[in-house]
Amino acid sequence: MIELNDYLILSGLLFAIGLVGVLRRKNLLMLFFATEVMLNAANIAFAATSHYYNDLSGQMFAFFIIAVAASEVAVGLGLLIVLYKRYGTLDLDNLASMKG
Amino acid sequence: MYEQIAFYLFSVLTIGLFLVTVLTKNVLYSMTSLAAGMVLISGFFFMLGADFLGVVQLIVYVGAIMALYAFAMMFFDVTRDVKEKNTSGALVFLFGGLVALMLVIIFSAPLVGEKIQAVYPMIDGITNPQSVGMVLFTKYLIPFEVAAVMLLVAMIAGIILAGKKMDQSLTTDDDIKVIEDISQEDEK
Repeated sequence: MIELNDYLILSGLLFAIGLVGVLRRKNLLMLFFATEVMLNAANIAFAATSHYYNDLSGQMFAFFIIAVAASEVAVGLGLLIVLYKRYGTLDLDNLASMKG
Repeated sequence: MYEQIAFYLFSVLTIGLFLVTVLTKNVLYSMTSLAAGMVLISGFFFMLGADFLGVVQLIVYVGAIMALYAFAMMFFDVTRDVKEKNTSGALVFLFGGLVALMLVIIFSAPLVGEKIQAVYPMIDGITNPQSVGMVLFTKYLIPFEVAAVMLLVAMIAGIILAGKKMDQSLTTDDDIKVIEDISQEDEK
């Protein structure tokens, strides 16, 4: 039988994959993909807790996470296009203008 | 039995696809595997009885967000491999592994607690979309409206940022030539 534990471990694994992506990638578009992976992992955890505790709040939070992800992608891709028009690259090392 | 088979199959496939997303050098492979992984995640939602959430995942994530990414990728050269200069891969993998271990511990720690009470319990005999609608439009009405305003703001921001000629105020002087080139192309 599949327990809540299994779903939470799966969600943790997916979140770790996304986190490795965020730490490792230098391309802005790839960073966006990695954040999507992390958001999906959180959604799985919310839906699983909602199912196993027989409570609808988890699904509600998952809906709002999806809404936040959609608006983040809209604004982020707009910024990405402006950056690409100005600099011709999406590499974070080249985009860093503040040498700190 | 079937649930276990489906769970492990979906888990292996999702983890593999997301690993491809994170580790590949090609943007096109990355986006395709991300879309496929999201379809499989909606399978998890259907297994968990969250039908409406699964449908929303399919429509919003796979339909809208991936289409948005695909449109944005028309601006870039997607056939070329992404060149990235990683200073120390071993260190990043070490820290990533440590954080992964910490996350697994964090996620499995509260399972010991049994005190969690259902605030909005699911009622028998009512389908999932109906109960979601009832809770969403009574208890979560104000967050719902705020999310609607947030999406409107995001839409306006996306249009203004990505619009071709609307971005003149955002650019500096050395971009004026680019804008002139674009407008000359339009006149042709």
